[in-house]
Amino acid sequence: MRDKRGDSQKFARLRSAPENFISDEFVSEVRQHGWDDTRRSFIRKSLMAAGAALAGGGVARAATQNQPDQMITKPRPWSTSLGNPVAFHPYGQPSKYEVNLQRRQSPGLTAVPQASVAFSPLQGMFGIITANGLHFERHHQGWVDVDPTEHRFMINGMVKNPKVYTMDDLMRMPSVSRMHFIECGANTAMEWGNVAVPTVQYTHGMLSCCEFTGVPLKYLLQDCGADFKNAQFILAEGNDGSSETRTISMARAMDDVIVAWGMNGEMLRPENGYPLRLVVPGVQGVSWVKWLRRIEVGDKPWNAKDETLGYVDHMPDGTLRQYTSIQECKSVITSPSGGQALLSTGFYNITGLAWSGRGKIKKVDISVDGGKNWKTATLNTPILDKCLTRFNFSWNWDGSPAILQSRAVDETGYVQPTKSQLVAVRGTRSIYHNNAIQSWQVAESGEVFNVHVE
Amino acid sequence: MFTLNNGQALSIALSIFLVPLSVAQPIDISALTSTPDEQTQIETTIKKMAEQNLSFHNIGRDALKVEVEAWDIDVRPDFQGLKPGKGSVADGEDVWASKCASCHGDFAESNKFFAPLLGGTTEDDVKAGRVSNLRAEANVPSTTMMKISTVSTLWDFIYRAMPWNAPKSLTPDETYAVVAYLLSEASVIPDDFELSNNNIADVQKRIPNRDGMVVYAGLWHTKGKPDTQNTACMKDCVGETKVVSELPEHARNMNGNYAAQMRIVGATIGVNSDEPKLTGKPEANAAAVRAYALQTINGDTKKMDSKKVNGGAKTDSSSASDTGMDAAAREKVKAILTTNACTSCHAATAKLVGPSFKEISEKYSEKDAPMLGEKIKKGGSGVWGAIPMPPHPGIADGDLSLVTKWILTADHD
Repeated sequence: MRDKRGDSQKFARLRSAPENFISDEFVSEVRQHGWDDTRRSFIRKSLMAAGAALAGGGVARAATQNQPDQMITKPRPWSTSLGNPVAFHPYGQPSKYEVNLQRRQSPGLTAVPQASVAFSPLQGMFGIITANGLHFERHHQGWVDVDPTEHRFMINGMVKNPKVYTMDDLMRMPSVSRMHFIECGANTAMEWGNVAVPTVQYTHGMLSCCEFTGVPLKYLLQDCGADFKNAQFILAEGNDGSSETRTISMARAMDDVIVAWGMNGEMLRPENGYPLRLVVPGVQGVSWVKWLRRIEVGDKPWNAKDETLGYVDHMPDGTLRQYTSIQECKSVITSPSGGQALLSTGFYNITGLAWSGRGKIKKVDISVDGGKNWKTATLNTPILDKCLTRFNFSWNWDGSPAILQSRAVDETGYVQPTKSQLVAVRGTRSIYHNNAIQSWQVAESGEVFNVHVE
Repeated sequence: MFTLNNGQALSIALSIFLVPLSVAQPIDISALTSTPDEQTQIETTIKKMAEQNLSFHNIGRDALKVEVEAWDIDVRPDFQGLKPGKGSVADGEDVWASKCASCHGDFAESNKFFAPLLGGTTEDDVKAGRVSNLRAEANVPSTTMMKISTVSTLWDFIYRAMPWNAPKSLTPDETYAVVAYLLSEASVIPDDFELSNNNIADVQKRIPNRDGMVVYAGLWHTKGKPDTQNTACMKDCVGETKVVSELPEHARNMNGNYAAQMRIVGATIGVNSDEPKLTGKPEANAAAVRAYALQTINGDTKKMDSKKVNGGAKTDSSSASDTGMDAAAREKVKAILTTNACTSCHAATAKLVGPSFKEISEKYSEKDAPMLGEKIKKGGSGVWGAIPMPPHPGIADGDLSLVTKWILTADHD
């Protein structure tokens, strides 16, 4: 699509300008009138302005007492030239200045990129909704892009009529759109022992939140005549190489589980299960089976690979605790957070996210002294069931060292635990379901570090 | 089509679900079945749906028996769903060598790509039904054989998802054979054993960790009781707070440069973690931190960062610049290497399972490209060691020639 602007590139003698400021109008003017001094000088001036912007723009922040801010007093290319046409990017992209905010792998965590994780850049996100391109990824055997016309969804097992649905069928059914968080059961797993990673992207980035659209699973179970009297569980299965399977309770299946195709107003992204995934609110992400092809209704759990080898709690007596699928109440401060620097003393808005797999967030408390004293943060609306909730807390930093913590309480009254409390129950060999209070240490230099405190 | 009416009898007892259990569940599943509250909620939901009088006419269709059989491949601990068949340890060893060993190691002990499958179990565990090395005080890394409680889990997963690059390609007999090989290597069954649907229930009685699983209803039911109880104390909650863990200095930049992973404006700015921690006052650092952050989007530092953080180090060599390939072609190569999991076994300069790309480029020249392409497509063995290269029939010919050209001409250092 950039080629549509190719005409201006025929002027190969021109150095490419940083701001794409040569308008199509100007180009046609040059064609019409030739390359005269007036027009040459316009180009030269514009190039100088753009160069100055790059050299000084980000660093010279504001006017000093005697020097006015050139960002105000000098014309800027964006306000003195014609902008880009519509549909320049038929599918919109973030500004090029946002290029640093990307999903990233944590080096050394996994050996093969098909069985790996890409973490969401929570440090740069606002509100509660995750942009589709930044939703975290976790695959067991690579991601696939399934042809939606060839996708089928089957329900079998303890049902009167085992049935097959196409995407057309499912999308004709009554749908709901609900906002829910999805968190991998292994989120914050690297922090179970010692501090292992520097930033919130890696400590908590297996967390996203979207508005999901789909048909409630209960309609489909009813449509197939599920044996509600004797069936207690369902098995969800994917259509990819791993064909991931997970056991889910019938109580949950008949509650708020969605067979979803929509994600923030568009179709699911392939990395997130296009064209169909299960949405199991409040439950760890592995149960939100992607590329969903089948639901089996049954009377016993399946003890699948990821209900035995993974996603279990390794208890101190050596037993493995299975089916602990609820993501319990948890919160994290996203700014200021690890790897960032406060560049002056004074006011900061401590902000972050809180969520609970058991319902709504009731309150979030903030400590700036490592857990000794706490004050209650403001919760942004909406505050939704099994959904991220954004909190804010006003703080004037006086320049002395501080340890920032957030502690969430959900509507059941459950209080997010400290890491010591978790370890006291689950021991040191566990990996999954770490919902401990996170600490960020602000040094006198303003640099923020991931630390564990006791 | 079927219509939902209040009071419609939904409970159809299909005989297949009532086969008496030959093997007990490894856990007490009553903790996981619906609580009385949940049961009431389900009934209310059914009633509400009936009141809505929803009937989805002409939506979906009945599944054919052959379709259900094609997809319903799951195997439960009670062996519901298990396909009949058999496989010996010896047969399993052959399948293992050709299809499994390259990732999991000759004896399923490899830690290179995935957690080891075998190791850590003993004869005593087989007798006791509990793996001793899972206890907190035992300092032994967990393996698959240490953790699994039912043989059905192994059979189910291998049949549905293995081998890595060709899932669902094993026959039931091959699956029995591979499971038999693994169990024999773990001394659960003798090495002359033939595993079948007839004796698998007996083998279950020897799975080392068969009694090692527990459930905790509080973390399964939405309204269950949590296992930790913190309180929302507000004042003087703890004494002196001590930092007990922080990132070691040598790991400071392990996850790449922080500045290159954060926004260039905002309340806080990412720091240049190629340099030591900031010292001095924040105001004194401000200009340098901001200037560095701005640089991260102008090219130079981004390259450094992507090397460390994006894509993993092993595929980096596809950015080697002297191949005579343009950037798009190199990107394509990178994509092909990733898609086909080439980098699971081959790295730029280090020998992993297979030879490094550098070693290959030194041994062969460009005229060998077609031969090399054939080897990639059809698989090969014996040239670089005992572990065979699995076939990759799915790679398009165009991609093959691109990759072979890149392997033979790029500077892999």
